[in-house]
Amino acid sequence: MADQRAKSMLLDIRNLRIEATVFPPGEAPKNIVLVHDVSLTLEKGKVLGLIGESGAGKSTIGLASMGYGRGGVRITGGEVILNGRDILKGGKEGFRKLRGREVCYVAQSAAAAFNPAHRLMDQVVEATLLHGTATRAAAEKRAIALFKKLSLPNPESIGERFPHQVSGGQLQRVMTAMALCSEPDLIVFDEPTTALDVTTQIDVLAAIKDAIRDTHVAALYITHDLAVVAQVSDEIMVLRHGRLVEWGGTRQIIKEPRQEYTNALVSVHEIEHQEQKPGTTPFLSVKNITAAYGRSHIKVLKNVSVDIYPGQTLAVVGESGSGKSTLARAITGLLPPEEGTVTFDGRPLANRLADRPKEDLRQLQMIYQMADVAMNPRQTVGTIIGRPLEFYFGLRGRQRDARVAELLDKIEMGKGFIDRYPAELSGGQKQRVCIARSLAAKPKLIICDEVTSALDPLVANGILKLLLELQKEENVAYLFITHDLATVKSIADSIAVMYRGEVVRYGAKSQVLAPPFDAYTDLLLSSVPEMEIGWLEKAIKGRRMASAGN
Amino acid sequence: MSSPIVKLVAQRIALGILLLLAVSVLIFAGTQILPGDVAQAILGQSATPESLANLREQLGLNDPALIRYFRWLGGVVTGDLGSAMSSGQDIATSIKGRLWNTLFLAFWAAVVAVPLAIILGLIAVRYRNGWVDKLISGLALASTSFPEFFIGYVLVYFFAVKYQIFPGISTVYDGMPFGERMQAIMLPAAALTLVVLAHMMRMTRAAILNVMQSAYVETAELKGLSAFAVIRRHAFPNAIAPIINVVMLNLAYLIVGVVVVEVIFVYPGMGQYLVDHVTKRDVPVVQAVGLIFAAVYISLNIIADIAAIVANPRLRHPK
Repeated sequence: MADQRAKSMLLDIRNLRIEATVFPPGEAPKNIVLVHDVSLTLEKGKVLGLIGESGAGKSTIGLASMGYGRGGVRITGGEVILNGRDILKGGKEGFRKLRGREVCYVAQSAAAAFNPAHRLMDQVVEATLLHGTATRAAAEKRAIALFKKLSLPNPESIGERFPHQVSGGQLQRVMTAMALCSEPDLIVFDEPTTALDVTTQIDVLAAIKDAIRDTHVAALYITHDLAVVAQVSDEIMVLRHGRLVEWGGTRQIIKEPRQEYTNALVSVHEIEHQEQKPGTTPFLSVKNITAAYGRSHIKVLKNVSVDIYPGQTLAVVGESGSGKSTLARAITGLLPPEEGTVTFDGRPLANRLADRPKEDLRQLQMIYQMADVAMNPRQTVGTIIGRPLEFYFGLRGRQRDARVAELLDKIEMGKGFIDRYPAELSGGQKQRVCIARSLAAKPKLIICDEVTSALDPLVANGILKLLLELQKEENVAYLFITHDLATVKSIADSIAVMYRGEVVRYGAKSQVLAPPFDAYTDLLLSSVPEMEIGWLEKAIKGRRMASAGN
Repeated sequence: MSSPIVKLVAQRIALGILLLLAVSVLIFAGTQILPGDVAQAILGQSATPESLANLREQLGLNDPALIRYFRWLGGVVTGDLGSAMSSGQDIATSIKGRLWNTLFLAFWAAVVAVPLAIILGLIAVRYRNGWVDKLISGLALASTSFPEFFIGYVLVYFFAVKYQIFPGISTVYDGMPFGERMQAIMLPAAALTLVVLAHMMRMTRAAILNVMQSAYVETAELKGLSAFAVIRRHAFPNAIAPIINVVMLNLAYLIVGVVVVEVIFVYPGMGQYLVDHVTKRDVPVVQAVGLIFAAVYISLNIIADIAAIVANPRLRHPK
């Protein structure tokens, strides 16, 4: 029995320890441990999901199975036994022989992982040819068969294209084909669908799942999204701060988590927000706005109208390229609309940002997706939050500092952070500072552009809760731009669904999320992964039936 | 070729011509601002007010500057650069041979320097931060840091005086056999190579290192490619545009900036010609040489731009 098990064992990681040297500014370099004595085993043809927040060490472990460390990352202890031998003892030559042959890698952003200078086919068959496992003709034939299996359009000719000529979802599939082409024993999928739109993700996920099943390849599937990993893996391992939290069958992890942390991950989206009835008059009305970039004839916004009520949240949801952020730019005056008006408190706002008086600027504030780049890295938190206080209210000295401290309390950080620099803050703290900065202006409306998208689920949850609390305290309205429907459900009062520059569905949350749906909203809603085994198959089947009905 | 490329290339060429016209205006204006005029320069000490007035009339110097500019430009466009004041020789004829000599020297310096710089850059990236990298960077930096005349005289001291392998004075003449000509330019070519090598090498290294951070380089490493294959196949093709740019800048320097080296080795090229005539205040020659240098500089940079455009797969293969 034990012998049987040893035979079917593909990967056996024992007490893996991974360290890195970091160079904090102004301090001596120091050693940090990224992965603390993690052990795992994977049988042939099985899928193990590695899940955790950023910094959990999941990608680091995945790459360690190929003997690879990013930057200054080093494997300093333990064994990585692949096909019965410890790969860490093979040296550089040993790593080169197994990479691209026994183990292949699928990266998060295929768009960045493909070399822009070469045709797709040359990149897909490169590893196969390098390791001499097939002739060029045979490898290309295999690649085309894989393109077919992954339901890529024009499988015969897509290999002739360059990466920029293919969409993101297609590239992700081509990358999967590239990994499968050299017929490896193990594929490391590193967040393969995270960068995709939710409606694209479902197809790619289904394609990956089918390919794994048909080729009997084993996989380490790395993601932060439990609902996604529940669709593809046999087992799930939960990691936190480089340590194992819990490891078990997929059903057990999502239905009966034993650890508190796993439970928190499973129940992450359960924020309750009672929808508020819209008031009688909106304070900000967007009427029939049409906008385009530059002299382009392509309208990014077509005839968009929405209303925002005091102290309420309008969520704008849609895929990338649907015009959500452009709507925000039109409202703030960064992109003057070609037609239509924005009315604020009953009077029209100037189209151009430069033509707006200071008071109008103060009333509309913004928070961005990337908190790191939205702050000056050479200013302290106190300066960053204090700037709008000086600019709008002329506060100086002690008065200003008192108000900064008050704002820091509001974002649950405290005045201890006043002299810190952004680099010393975590992702969630940075976003909180950005929130405090926008609140400092005492605006009527804060536009939140994907403010939680770059954050880990638990941290994002904290931010959403904070935003809801602040809304109650300050009676500020939010225009909440997101692609994430779960977030929308948690915090919106009304919802606008955007598709290709148009608002296809708009109304109170309860109306928008209740059937009957229009085709696009239906597609969008049915694409959001649910934490339920077998959801993917059901969703795909539902779609096929819908398209057969058309 | 697809239309976006044709359009961009046409744009660059048109811009280049425009720029060249602007430079011609500057050169012309610059020589006008100088105190004294050609008539004064020709007559020198012996000038009397009458003879000056006569000569000015004769040379058309009394016409408005605009007319003189267009007369000069018209001549340049038709290949007539005027004649030198000091010798009365036709400038175009004297320049022809010298321009050819300068290009000959620059060409051979480039043939050695460009591949050497790129290969050294690749090696430096392969062994980045190791001793090989530091050695290459150190030597290259040292060679640029020394002034050209110093490098030139050091080369002359060792290879011409002490060991007498190559001539210290690079005399070339029409009809000189190729082999002898090559031997004559060996030392100036070596000096030029040493001067331009470091810049190109370091920019190659920086451009490739920049690309080495990309996700596709990691993808290549995870396919099991060797370090050199990763650099050559995946990093280098994407670093070509900045490399071509710096190569072209240095090629331009090889032609335009050779003045010092040509003077040291008494090489009969454009640089020496320019220096000779600057000392003689021979304005027409200085104008002509200045314009030719500008044209060389601008066209090499246009070539760099075009090469960068053509190297971009997004422009070569539009969606």
